[in-house]
Amino acid sequence: MIGIINYEMGNLGSVQNAFDSLYIDAKVISSPKEISECSKLVLPGVGSFKQAMLNLERQGWAGELKKIQGSMPIMGICLGMQLFFESSHEGGFSEGLGLIEGQVNKFDISENLKLPHVGWNTLIAKKTNIMTKGISSEIDVYFVHSYICMPKRIEDILFTSNYGSEFVAAVSKDNIYGFQFHPEKSQPIGLKLLNNFKKLK
Amino acid sequence: MLKKRVIPSLLLKNGRMVKGINFDNFRETGEAKSAIRIYSSQDADELLFIDIDPNPQSRLSLIDIVAHAAKECFMPLTVGGGIKTLNDIKELLAAGADKILINSHAYGNDGFIIDAIDLFGAQCIVAGIDYKGSAESAICWRNSGRECLDISPYMLAQKYDSLGVGEIFLNSIDRDGLKNGYDVQTIKQIADLVSCPLIGAGGAGNFEHLEAAFKNSSVSALSCASLFHFGDNNPIRARSYLRNASVPVRRLREEL
Repeated sequence: MIGIINYEMGNLGSVQNAFDSLYIDAKVISSPKEISECSKLVLPGVGSFKQAMLNLERQGWAGELKKIQGSMPIMGICLGMQLFFESSHEGGFSEGLGLIEGQVNKFDISENLKLPHVGWNTLIAKKTNIMTKGISSEIDVYFVHSYICMPKRIEDILFTSNYGSEFVAAVSKDNIYGFQFHPEKSQPIGLKLLNNFKKLK
Repeated sequence: MLKKRVIPSLLLKNGRMVKGINFDNFRETGEAKSAIRIYSSQDADELLFIDIDPNPQSRLSLIDIVAHAAKECFMPLTVGGGIKTLNDIKELLAAGADKILINSHAYGNDGFIIDAIDLFGAQCIVAGIDYKGSAESAICWRNSGRECLDISPYMLAQKYDSLGVGEIFLNSIDRDGLKNGYDVQTIKQIADLVSCPLIGAGGAGNFEHLEAAFKNSSVSALSCASLFHFGDNNPIRARSYLRNASVPVRRLREEL
């Protein structure tokens, strides 16, 4: 079963609905004790990085997630992906979970580009693995964010996209997968990614 | 490259889907849940739901419709109409909304907008502006066009932008439902003024209107109702028209 981590940050229902539509067994878990019932985890989330980390620490998730590292597949979505990194500069400096090396910075946009970066943008695959199976490049997915992840290791980059300049749209390292976009809001292509996640061992 | 969005809007009056002209003379346009199913199968870029006559009963219908949409279609859902408290927002997010449109109650309530952004994130808060007139003569109205505000949409858009909202929804009351094109001049000026994405609304009657607004302004998205409600147009055809007209729109595999 896939456990959707409830740490009181954002729309868990959308992720649950998306798994339900695929007939994938998933449920919202509200205590780290429930991790033992799960074979995979999803860390969703929207809102502020700082508040999210406070919630993860206070509710005991942070310690558990650091302990698990990549021993079971875990997927972070949007803010959930950003939390995997070592630190963020959103609302001052905050430490993250440190599962992936690197940091989270504000989009450095030139020209007259708008922030947040909202809407459909194209994925560029940087490597292939089980997760990218059936996902062709040049497909658009739905983004809504103002901060971006900057992994230290190039080999952790799974997809990039382009907004003013190329930025990291997804990362993967061992069993850890992070998506800056919202697969649960990206219609067929997003559901395909969630289905690929199910197949991970 | 970021694509231009076309957002069907579903106006609801006591849970029934309606469409009017100049925010008046509403007529029923069908059943919201079947419209949701159709827009989902056509892979609309997003959906926007507005309860135009908010009351406690209509809020329940709205929540029911949003919850249904969240199960049926996996696209961003923006919901508004009568949003006055943080609890209103919480309730609609819990039902499955991704973004909340705040219009009448945003004006003059900076603290509310700031609190909403703090609590739910900027990406979640869309500020709505309804106006009459155009360009220099444009003036804002609220409560579905019943109350005139002593402020231009330029000033108000800048205000909301400075508060840090995620997007601004700009709707021309004069053009609403007439299907003779967007107020491109005002849309262009406001899109150039604000740092957040702008969604233009009011007046789309055909695909050329979408093309004209996208090509002559930096607007991020256009909303339309009559265009899809009346006639045989749909988001798939809108996308292929715009793609042929060199407006960047989303690619779905089957539309490559």
